[in-house]
Amino acid sequence: MTTHQPDRPEERRNGVPGSTARAERSDHHPINWLLLLPLVITLFPPVYNSIDPTLLDVPFFYWYQMAAILVSVVITLVVYRKTRA
Amino acid sequence: MFKNVNAVELTIFVLLFVVVSAMGFFAARWRRADDLEHLDEWGLGGRNFGAWITWFLLGGDLYTAYTFVAVPALVFGAGAIGFFAVPYTIVVYPIVFLVLIRLWSVSHIHGFVTPADFVRARHGSSTLALLVAITGIVATMPYIALQLVGIEAVLKAMGVTGHVPIIVAFAILAAYTYSSGLRAPALIAFVKDALIYIVIIVAVIVIPYKLGGWDEIFGAAEKKFAASPNPGDGVVLAGPAQLQYATLAFGSALALFLYPHSITAVLASRDRNVIKRNMAALPAYSFILGLLALLGYMAIAAGVTPITNDAGKPDANTIVPLLFDNMFPSWFAGVAFAAIGIGALVPAAIMSIAAANLWTRNIYVEYINKDATPKQEARSSKLASLVVKVGALVAIIALDPQFSIDLQLIGGIIILQTLPAVALGLYTRWFHRWGLIAGWIAGMAVGFWTTFQIQQKVFNADGSITIAKEHFGGSGFPLSELGLDTTWSIYAGFLALLANLVVAVVATFVFRAIKVPEGVDATHPDEYFADQNDPRLKDLPEVVH
Repeated sequence: MTTHQPDRPEERRNGVPGSTARAERSDHHPINWLLLLPLVITLFPPVYNSIDPTLLDVPFFYWYQMAAILVSVVITLVVYRKTRA
Repeated sequence: MFKNVNAVELTIFVLLFVVVSAMGFFAARWRRADDLEHLDEWGLGGRNFGAWITWFLLGGDLYTAYTFVAVPALVFGAGAIGFFAVPYTIVVYPIVFLVLIRLWSVSHIHGFVTPADFVRARHGSSTLALLVAITGIVATMPYIALQLVGIEAVLKAMGVTGHVPIIVAFAILAAYTYSSGLRAPALIAFVKDALIYIVIIVAVIVIPYKLGGWDEIFGAAEKKFAASPNPGDGVVLAGPAQLQYATLAFGSALALFLYPHSITAVLASRDRNVIKRNMAALPAYSFILGLLALLGYMAIAAGVTPITNDAGKPDANTIVPLLFDNMFPSWFAGVAFAAIGIGALVPAAIMSIAAANLWTRNIYVEYINKDATPKQEARSSKLASLVVKVGALVAIIALDPQFSIDLQLIGGIIILQTLPAVALGLYTRWFHRWGLIAGWIAGMAVGFWTTFQIQQKVFNADGSITIAKEHFGGSGFPLSELGLDTTWSIYAGFLALLANLVVAVVATFVFRAIKVPEGVDATHPDEYFADQNDPRLKDLPEVVH
């Protein structure tokens, strides 16, 4: 594994016949920062650590976190769609 | 052994169990490979699972039977703190979204089967790889044992006692895992997850209806916790418990995909997109887990009393099976019990495969038979998977199950200590290999010391406190032990990881200053982005061995 070409990966990749020609092969994408949002909304319990407001008799603590699951799914889906190969 | 057994429940349970076992044996022919005598086939299902199979497999793998009984049991006993499983499984997927695809890419190019394979190639250190492998095996073993606790809870609720049924169940599991490898749990996971979804959805509709609505359920819980002298329980978190709640969720999330069995399921997927899609779709299970946690409150409202175990203590793990027994007609309770029972088989199979792969790749090939053929590797793993299951069985039958529970608690903490070498290693080669080893030692030491110090307290009605357990009484470490003037607690694993990181950084500077060799990195930055059709995948099938 010591004979790697010094050129940049994406240039080399494009030159390989039969490669999938997905040019910019890197995980960097600004939309990835969105993935921090689920952490921010769930890892600070003081934000949701209360009984009121209740939703259908369920305390805030519980329905907020269940709703956070949905938010997290939407965000992860968006990031997947924008970055899929 | 069969006193007061509910015949209908047991019949349904046995019937579904037999169906699933037949599937396990049939799985050897499913998506048939030319030759199962290769670790890529037996241990990773051919590395070719698509999005749906991976979803069922990972869901079946991560959300175990033990989770299904232990999380509601915790909510039943302590309230809001038990709900940590929800934020835990919310934050895990965004955290690992980008990390796992890098691991997948580099593993596919180099043919890595285990996280320790990666560590060995990346950091050029077989010692570090050995530590990672041993950590993985030690953390996984008690987890397998706990799956038996899940099955036992269900059997108890049906009135079946004694160890014979568990031995039979595990013998069958061991037999089809041996013959079919990872294909067996992948196929069974479809049944397991379908049953779990049906049962939980029915449960959260029927049970609240029968109990008079959510208002009644939360009301009963509030009343119970208000009457309890324990200041730590409640329908919302007690103030000082908030830091523990957040660090427990975060620390557990960081640990989840360091477990060998999670990585096995990830590496079995076909391409990077399969993994990304799964990170978006797996929270469906978190939703089910959240609903399941609330069963703990339903059990309070329904007045469920846990079955007393052999040691004379109430076994909170029986509350969910008992609730089902009370609330459902026998035939559906049987289905629910089968869901939990089968729910134990899938992770137990994957965990034993993952532990066996670690043994084969990082101990057997590394130290015992350096020139092992693929066939010998596969055989070694198959035998090791049997040994691992027998070990788990013995641990549950011969020792106090509490021993396995304690070990599993520590398991989450010790597996977290492989984070710098594995997860950070996927991003940077900055750490010195001996720095990582020093960090690992520090993290282990802190992890053991802190959990050893944690007492389990019982708050009596007269205001006095009894120490129910002197050591390993939980994972919330009181910061006052460090001399801080506070009543707050923190997740012990989180503290251990901090110590690990600090030591790893400092030691890296030291080793570099005294010019200790860094070791060779066998990977290339470019390889962390490779996808399925990358020409190098086919050119280099067995680079690292």
